[in-house]
Amino acid sequence: MSQVASKKKRQFLSEGPEWSFELIQKYDEEIGKIAREYGLDTYPNQIEIISSEQMMDAYASVGMPLGYHHWSYGKQFLEVEQNYKRGRMGLAYEIVINSSPCIAYLMEENNMMMQALVIAHACYGHNSFFKGNYLFKTWTDATAIIDYLVFAKKYVQECEEKYGVEEVELTLDSCHALMNFGVDRYKRPVPLSAQEEQFRQDEREQILQQQVNDLWRTIPITEKDEEAAKKERVFPSEPQENLLYFLEKHAPLLRPWQRELIRIVRKMAQYFYPQRQTQVMNEGWASFWHYTLMNTLYDKGKVNDGFILEFLQSHTNVVYQPSFDSPYYSGINPYALGFAMYSDIKRMCENPTEEDREWFPDIVGKPWVEVLDFAMRNFKDESFILQYLSPKLMRDFRFFGMENDVLDPFVEIKEIHNGEGFQKLRERLSQQYNLSYREPNIQVQKVNINGDRSLVLRHVMDGDRPLNDDTVEVIKHFRRLWGFDVRLESWGKNGLVQTYTCAPDE
Amino acid sequence: MSYIIDRRLNGKHKSSVNRQRFLRRYREHIRKAVEEAVNERSIKDLDRGERITIPQKDIHEPSFGHGQGGTGSIVHPGNKEFITGDRIPKPKGGSGSGSGNGDASDSGEGEDDFVFQISQEEFLDYVFEDLALPNLLKKELKEIKEFSLRHAGVVSDGTPSKLNIVRSMRHAYARRMVMSGGPRRQLKEVEAEIAHLLAQDSVLRDDHRLAELEEQKALLEQKISSTPFLDTYDLRYNHHVKEPKPSSQAVMFCVMDVSGSMTQETKNIAKRFFILLYLFLRRNYEKIDVIFIRHHTSAKEVSEEEFFYSRETGGTIVSSALKLMNKIIEERYPSDSWNIYAAQASDGDNWDDDSMICRKILEEEIVDKVQYFTYIEITPRDHQSLWYSYEQVQAAHPKYFSMRHITDVGDIYPVFRDLFQRRQHESSGQ
Repeated sequence: MSQVASKKKRQFLSEGPEWSFELIQKYDEEIGKIAREYGLDTYPNQIEIISSEQMMDAYASVGMPLGYHHWSYGKQFLEVEQNYKRGRMGLAYEIVINSSPCIAYLMEENNMMMQALVIAHACYGHNSFFKGNYLFKTWTDATAIIDYLVFAKKYVQECEEKYGVEEVELTLDSCHALMNFGVDRYKRPVPLSAQEEQFRQDEREQILQQQVNDLWRTIPITEKDEEAAKKERVFPSEPQENLLYFLEKHAPLLRPWQRELIRIVRKMAQYFYPQRQTQVMNEGWASFWHYTLMNTLYDKGKVNDGFILEFLQSHTNVVYQPSFDSPYYSGINPYALGFAMYSDIKRMCENPTEEDREWFPDIVGKPWVEVLDFAMRNFKDESFILQYLSPKLMRDFRFFGMENDVLDPFVEIKEIHNGEGFQKLRERLSQQYNLSYREPNIQVQKVNINGDRSLVLRHVMDGDRPLNDDTVEVIKHFRRLWGFDVRLESWGKNGLVQTYTCAPDE
Repeated sequence: MSYIIDRRLNGKHKSSVNRQRFLRRYREHIRKAVEEAVNERSIKDLDRGERITIPQKDIHEPSFGHGQGGTGSIVHPGNKEFITGDRIPKPKGGSGSGSGNGDASDSGEGEDDFVFQISQEEFLDYVFEDLALPNLLKKELKEIKEFSLRHAGVVSDGTPSKLNIVRSMRHAYARRMVMSGGPRRQLKEVEAEIAHLLAQDSVLRDDHRLAELEEQKALLEQKISSTPFLDTYDLRYNHHVKEPKPSSQAVMFCVMDVSGSMTQETKNIAKRFFILLYLFLRRNYEKIDVIFIRHHTSAKEVSEEEFFYSRETGGTIVSSALKLMNKIIEERYPSDSWNIYAAQASDGDNWDDDSMICRKILEEEIVDKVQYFTYIEITPRDHQSLWYSYEQVQAAHPKYFSMRHITDVGDIYPVFRDLFQRRQHESSGQ
C-alpha cells in the first residue's frame, strides 16, 4: 500500500525541518551529484557540525580551526559573544576553510533547509572556487595549511615557555600591526609544508643570523675598498614592499625566534591575501551555485515546495542590496554584486540582447558553464568587474560614481548608469576593489647602514590621500622590530608632503 | 566523498586562553571598573558579574591605512535623481566617506566603546586581588582536618586498584629469568650436543645417546615452560600515605557599633565594609572563624544574620565590645595557637571617659594577642576622643594596629584595599 502511494508521489529527501546525520549525508550526496553534473571540481569535503559557542570560537580565530594564542583573538571573541548574546547580530550560517579536505562548519541550530543551503554554498561553491581560482592556486597550498597552523601554534607556545608570554606578545603585536604589509604581491611564494618548515627552521635561524651579522659587520674595511663599498652599499638596492619580510631578513637586533614569529605572521597574511582580493567573486560564485544547485534539486523533485520557498527567502536576504540612502546601507554587498554578475553572464550566454552582443561578443551564445568556469578561474575582483560588469547590471543596480575632494564643499557626481558613463563607471568600481588603491603604498626606501642604522619608509600618496591617525602608532611597532629610528615620508606629486616619526623611547 | 563529523561534543571554550590574555592585558581598566562597581552596588548583589567598558582608543589595533583627505572616489548603488555633473553639498557631520574603506568591521562600530562581561568569579578575583591578611603565622596546628595523599614508593601488598603494572611485570620477568636460568643453560648444552650428533654421519651416530638427549630436552623444555608467567610474589602496588595538610588557624573579630548615634547611612557604610571583609575571608581563607560582635552600651556576640540585619540600638560604650572580645579570646582562641584579627567600625562617638578605658584594654590586653587590628571611623564630623586615643595606640604599635577614616561610600573599597594590601616581604615569607 504505502509503497504504491510513495511511488506516485515525488521522492522528497525530507519533509520536516529537522535535520539528522543521515539526512545531511543524503542531501550532500544529491547536491554533490548535481554539482558534478555541472562540472564543479572540488576538494573532498569535511562537514563538521558545531554548536553556536563553537561557532563563536571559530569566529575569534578568523575561522581557522586552530591558531596561536593572542589577546586580540580574545578581544574578537568577547566582541562576538557580546553582540550575539544581546541579539545585535546573528552568527554566520557557515564558515568554510580553504584547506584540503575543505572544512565547512554547520551550526546545529540551523534547520534542514539551511544545512542544505550551507552545503551547497560552502562545500560546493566556495570549495570549487578555492580549488579553481588562480590566486588561491598560486598563493595558498590547501593541503598544507592545517599542518602549518599546528606548527605555528606549537612554535609560539614554545617561545612563550622559553622567553615569556609578554615578550612574545610584544613581538606579535608589532607583527600584527604590519600584517597587511607582509605580503608578496608579485612574487610567487614557495608552497609551505609543515615538515619542511620544521626541518629547515633550525638551519634558517643560523643562516639568517649570519646574514644579518654580515650586513651589520663593523670590522673596519681596508681603505682601498672603502670608496667602492660606500657606493655599492645602497641598501636596500630596490624599495621593498613586503615590510615584514624585510624585517625578518634584515632587522639587526632581532633574535632568531623573533624572526620566526614574523615569518609565521607573514605566512598567515599571505594565506589570507587571495581572500581579500576575491570577496565579490568568491561569495558571488558560492551564491550563484547554491541558487543553481538548490533549484536543480527542486526541479528533480527532491525537495518540496515549502523547502524551496523557504530557501528563496533566505537567498533573497543574502543577496539583497540596499541603496545608498537606506539606513541599512553599508557599502556594496559582495554577495549581491557577485551573484548578479555570474547570473548575468549566464543570461548573456543564453539570452543575449543587442547591447550584450556589442559589449560582450566573446561570450554571447557560448555554453554558460564553460564561460563561468573561465571567469571563476582567471580573475580577481578588480579584473573580474572590469571584464564582465555589463551595462544592464549597472542599470539594475543604479550605480553612480562620485568624487570627493576634502577641500571642496561639494561632492561631484562623475558618472551614472547611462551610455556615456558605463565605461568610466566600471573602471571606478573596479578600482574600488583594487587592494593597492584601498591600502596605502608604503615601502622600505633606505637604510643608513654605515651610520645610525635609521630606516626610511616611503609612502607614495595616491590622489593626495594622507595616512590615517594610526600611522605613528604603527611606526612605533615598526621601530620595535627594527630596533633603530624609523621615519615615514609621505610623497605627493610635488615632493615630500609630510614626515612621521616616533619618539625614540617608547 | 564527504566526511560528516559531529564536533558538538568537543570543547567549546577554545578561546578561553585568548580571553585570559585579553583580561590580563586590560587588567588596569577592569580593576578600575571593578572598583567603581564595588562602590556603587548595593550590599546584596556585591558578588555578581560585571560589565566592563574599555574606550575604543585603548583597544584599537593600529594599522596603516588611508585617512580623511585628498580625493576619494566611490561608487554607490541606488541612484534616483542624480545625473552626471551634479554637485551635491556635503552633509555636515558625515565626511562623505572619502574612500572605499577596506575594513567594514572597523567602520561599523567605530566610535563605540568596547563592552564585555566578566563573570562573578572573575569579578571577585579582581576585587580581592593582591589582598592578604597581614602577619599570618603558622601557629600550633591543632585542628587538622585536611589530609593529602602523597605517593610513598612501591610495596608488595595492596589493593588491586593500586597495582603497579610496570613494576609487577618487571619483577615477573626477573623471576622467570632466575628460575629458568639453570634448565635453559642445560637445554642449550643438550641442543648443542644433539646438533653435534645430527651432524655426524648416520653410521657413526650413537642413536641411544640421541634418544636420551631428546628425552632430556623435552624434560627441560617442560620445566622452562612450567615457570609461572606471573606469580603473586611478583605483584607490586603503589603506596600512598596520608599527610596532614598544615593550615593556619585564624579568627576574625568583626566589631560594629550600632548605637543610636550611628545614622542609617553610617551603619550602611559599616555593613558594606564588613560584607567586603566577610566575602574576602570566605573566599580566600576557607578555614577561618569569624566572630561577630555588636555593641551599644553592652556588647553581644551574634550570628552573621543578626549582625547584618538586626535593628537593635542604644547608647555607646565601646569598651564593652573590647572586653567581650578579650573574653572570647581568652576562652576560645588562645593566641599561641590562633592568628587573631579584628576589624572595628564606629562613628567615633563614645562616653567621654570610656575612650581611655578602650585604649587601656587595647594596649594591655588585646594588641599583644592579635596579628592585626583595624579600626575604621565613619563620620563626616570631626574626630572625637576615641580617635585620639586610638591614634596613640597606633603610634605605639604601628605593625599591629591600623586606623582609617571613612566619610562616604566611595571611601570603603580604597580603605579596605589599603588595610589589607599584600605586603611584599610577607608574601615571600610564607
